[in-house]
Amino acid sequence: MTTASTPVRPAPPVPAEAARGRGGRRRRDNLSGYLFLSPWLLGLLGITAIPMLISLYLSFTDYSPLISLGEANWVGLDNYRRMFTADPSYWHAVRVTVIFAVVATPLKLAAALGVALLLNRTLRGISLFRGLFYLPSLLGGSVAVAIVWRSMFNREGAFNSFLGWFGIHGTPWVNDPFWALPTLMLLAIWQFGAPMVIFLAGLKQVPGELYEAASVDGAGAWRQFRHITLPMLSPVIFFNLVLETIHGFQGFTAAFVLSGGTGGPVDSTLMYTLDLYIKGFTQLDMGYASAMAWVFLVVVGLITAVLFSTGRFWVHYSDAEER
Amino acid sequence: MRSRVRLLVLVVILAVVLYPLVWMVATSFKSPSEIASNIGLIPREFTPGNFSDGWHKFDVGFGRFFVNSALVAGLTVVGNTVSCLLAAYAFGRLRFRLRGFWFAIMIGTLLLPGHVLIIPQYILFRNLGWVGGGFPYLPLLVPHFLATEAFFVFLMVQFMRGIPRELDEAAVIDGASAFSIFRHVILPLSRPALVTTAIFSFIWTWNDFFRQLVYLSELRDYTVPVALTLFIDSTSESSVGPMFAMSLLSLIPVFLFFVAFQKMLVEGINTSGLKG
Repeated sequence: MTTASTPVRPAPPVPAEAARGRGGRRRRDNLSGYLFLSPWLLGLLGITAIPMLISLYLSFTDYSPLISLGEANWVGLDNYRRMFTADPSYWHAVRVTVIFAVVATPLKLAAALGVALLLNRTLRGISLFRGLFYLPSLLGGSVAVAIVWRSMFNREGAFNSFLGWFGIHGTPWVNDPFWALPTLMLLAIWQFGAPMVIFLAGLKQVPGELYEAASVDGAGAWRQFRHITLPMLSPVIFFNLVLETIHGFQGFTAAFVLSGGTGGPVDSTLMYTLDLYIKGFTQLDMGYASAMAWVFLVVVGLITAVLFSTGRFWVHYSDAEER
Repeated sequence: MRSRVRLLVLVVILAVVLYPLVWMVATSFKSPSEIASNIGLIPREFTPGNFSDGWHKFDVGFGRFFVNSALVAGLTVVGNTVSCLLAAYAFGRLRFRLRGFWFAIMIGTLLLPGHVLIIPQYILFRNLGWVGGGFPYLPLLVPHFLATEAFFVFLMVQFMRGIPRELDEAAVIDGASAFSIFRHVILPLSRPALVTTAIFSFIWTWNDFFRQLVYLSELRDYTVPVALTLFIDSTSESSVGPMFAMSLLSLIPVFLFFVAFQKMLVEGINTSGLKG
C-alpha cells in the first residue's frame, strides 16, 4: 500500500503470528471462532439443551412448582399413560390441533398462491398491493387482532350484521362449539400475506420462455399452470408448507384470546399449546405438561421428517437451482 | 380488458382482507350505544373518550404498559442483533473445529417449537430468582442475549456468506486479526442484515404473548398484550369501545414500522426464506 509520495520506510519486523506459520494461524482461528460463538454456545447449553433434559426428567415425575425439584416423585410412565388413556381433554387438544393444521394450512397456502398468481400478472401498483396484503401477517399474531376477531364474530358482531343484510340470522360464531374452530382458522388464513410474498418471489423466477413455448404448442391456461407453474414453484410450495405446518401446530395467542383462555366452548378451540399452558401454569401440573411437551416435540419432528421425505416425490428442483 | 377484471378482483379481495382493521379503527371511535346500533363504518359521532377510558381503565395506566413493552422490545432488539451477529460471524466466516457440527445443531434448533422448553426454562429462571424478581423481564431478555433466536443467526450467516472472501483475505495479509476483520470489514457490510434482524425482533417481541403471559404476574409489570387480555374478562358492553381503542393503539408501533420499512420487510422474508 505504499504510494509514490510516501517516503520509503524500513520494513516492519515480521509479525509474530506470520512467523509462527500456518499451524499458528489455524489455532488462532479456533480460539476466535469459539470466542465469537460463546454467547450462542452458552445459550444452547443453558437455555435449550439442559432445559430439554430437565423437561425429559420432569415428564417422569409429579413435579409442581409448589414443591422443590428434589421433592418431586418419580412416577415412571404414569404421565404418558394418563395422557393417552385417561385424559379426554388431551385427545380433544390433539384433534383440534390436527384439524387446525390440516385444514387451515392448505387453505392459507391456496389463498396465498391464488392472490400471488393474480398479482404476478399485474403490472401497476404491485408493490402497494403486495404490502397491503402482507399487513395482516405482521399484525395478525397479536392479542389486539385476536380481540377484534372475537368481537367481529360475536352474536352482535360485524359478521352477523353483514349476514343480516341477506336476511341470514347468524350464530354467535366464537361461542358455537362447531363454528369456533373455523373462526380461529379464518384468522390464520387471513394472514396469507407472508407465504404470498414468498410465492411471488418464486413466480418471478419461472422463465417466461416456458410459457411462450407452451402457448405455441397450444397449451391453455390450466395446463400451463399445472405443468409449468406448479412444478417450477414446487420448492417454494414445499418451503411454505413446512413453515406453515409447523407454525400451525403452535398457534396459541388466537386460541387463548378467542376462548378467554379456556379452549372452549367445550374444548373446541383447545389447541395443544393452550392445553399445555393450562396444565402447566393454571393447574400447575408441570410433570404432566412436560410429558405433553415431549410428545409434541416428537410428533412435530416426525411430521417435519415425513414432509421432507415426501418432498422427494413432488418437489422439482431445476438445474439452475442445483448448481 | 382482462387485466381490468383482474385488478377489480384484487381490489375486492383486498377490501375484504383489510375490513377487520378498518372496522377496528371505526369502532374505536364509536360510543357504547353506537357500537351496538350502528353497523356502518363511519361513526355518527366521534367519541375520543374511548381512548382516555381505556388508558385509565385499570389500576395501572396504559402508559406504563407501553413503556414496559417498549423496554422489553428495545432490549430484545439489542440482544438479538449483537448476539446473533457474533454467532453468525463465527459460523459464516471463521474456520474452527466442529463448526459443521454446531451449525447442524443451530439449524436443528430453528425447527424446535419454543413451547416445548417453556416449563423447564420457567423452573430454571424461577430458581435463579428471576421470575417476579427486581427486574421481572430477565427471563424474557436473557435468552435473546444468548443468540437463541436461530432464525436470525441463520439469516445473518446467509448474508455474510455473500460478502466477498477477498476482503477478509486482503485484511489477513495486512495482518488483521479475526476481531479487526469483524470490526472493520464484516460489521459495516452487514448493516442490511442487522436492520432486518432489528425490525423483525421488534415486531415479533411487540406482538409476543405466550412468554410474557407466563413470566409477568404483577399488574405494574404487564406489557401491552398481557394488559389487553384484562379486557376479555370484563365483557360488559361499555368496555368494548375502550378495548378497541387500546387494541388500536397497541398496533400503531408495528404499523409505523410497516409504513417505514415496508419494502425491506418484504425483501427480508424473501432473502431469508428463499436462499436457504
